[in-house]
Amino acid sequence: MHEYPITEHIVEIAENKCREAGASKVLAVNLVVGDYSGFVPESIHMYFDLIAEGTLCDGAEINITRVKPKIKCPACGELFERKPLSFACPKCGTDGEPTEIGKEFYIDSIECE
Amino acid sequence: MHDIRKIDVQEGILDENDHIAEHVREHMSDHGVLIVNEMGAPGVGKTTTIKNIIKHLKKAKPYVIEGDIESDIDTQDLRGLGIETEQINTFGACHLDAPMIEHMTGHMKFDEPGIMFIENIGNLVCPAEFTIGEHVLMLISNVTEGSDKPYKYPLAFEKADIIILNKIDLIPYLDFDEEFWMKGVRALNKDVPVFRVSGKTGEGFEEIAQWLEQKAAELEVKEHSHDHDHDLHGHHHDHHHGSDHHHHHE
Repeated sequence: MHEYPITEHIVEIAENKCREAGASKVLAVNLVVGDYSGFVPESIHMYFDLIAEGTLCDGAEINITRVKPKIKCPACGELFERKPLSFACPKCGTDGEPTEIGKEFYIDSIECE
Repeated sequence: MHDIRKIDVQEGILDENDHIAEHVREHMSDHGVLIVNEMGAPGVGKTTTIKNIIKHLKKAKPYVIEGDIESDIDTQDLRGLGIETEQINTFGACHLDAPMIEHMTGHMKFDEPGIMFIENIGNLVCPAEFTIGEHVLMLISNVTEGSDKPYKYPLAFEKADIIILNKIDLIPYLDFDEEFWMKGVRALNKDVPVFRVSGKTGEGFEEIAQWLEQKAAELEVKEHSHDHDHDLHGHHHDHHHGSDHHHHHE
């Protein structure tokens, strides 16, 4: 639902970086989105073309790298993806703890000309 | 042949929001006002919880900002009780963000130290993603939601500084598995204080009021322990963003 204003912001950041670099056009925006960031890549994709129209990002590709969330077992250190309705470590059964893996939401790079 | 260049950005999309949130937190800390960001699903008892906590505040002056998509029913309700309350309507947006709070707090008067409760939009997802400058993120859960909520909405439970389980008077009538609920809470948030309350009977809120007043007191001590140039954090921030358009996210 909030992807529209967020995508506007993505276009804005990409435009600023493009101008700072003295380039005239953004060809691609490379975005990293963790599944726990709360932002839906498909929606960002959908809005991007629409919002980019008439900006330096007009016609640019948006490449989204998704990151699967992982939690960490405090007992054996295993990093793992949790199963639904469980936090149990697949190795030893202890409940895993949250990590930052899967919460990413940033522009990694842009490609300009 | 055009010259194609790759430029490293490494910029978080929410960095600007986080930066503004930090400003809000500093600004309110200077006033000795603790900000409590209250989140929870619709109907979980957010406004009732605020009212019940305020009843038990001994020292801290209460301030409230009500966030709603539409309407000011809750605001009218709280004002009727003599509580200073301001309304933010997001007209569609599913959460409050830091620029909205910066804008609103810039217009409010904080004549005494106290606690400002900000009731976020009823939603267990989006409010967890946007910090608004809170000192305390207070999550309201309740027994009618079912005991699987920590497993289904992990971010909200993980980020909370305090978790309130409401409507415990209904437990005898439901299949709420409190042990399973608590196991999920503890996996996500080992040390978070959990308070069991009933908005209906009023039990449990006094302890929460005490806990929050303690937090507010710690804030004052911290602020008095070093010098602050008040003008730096006054109402005349010079930010590069506008603050007028933020109430109308689509």
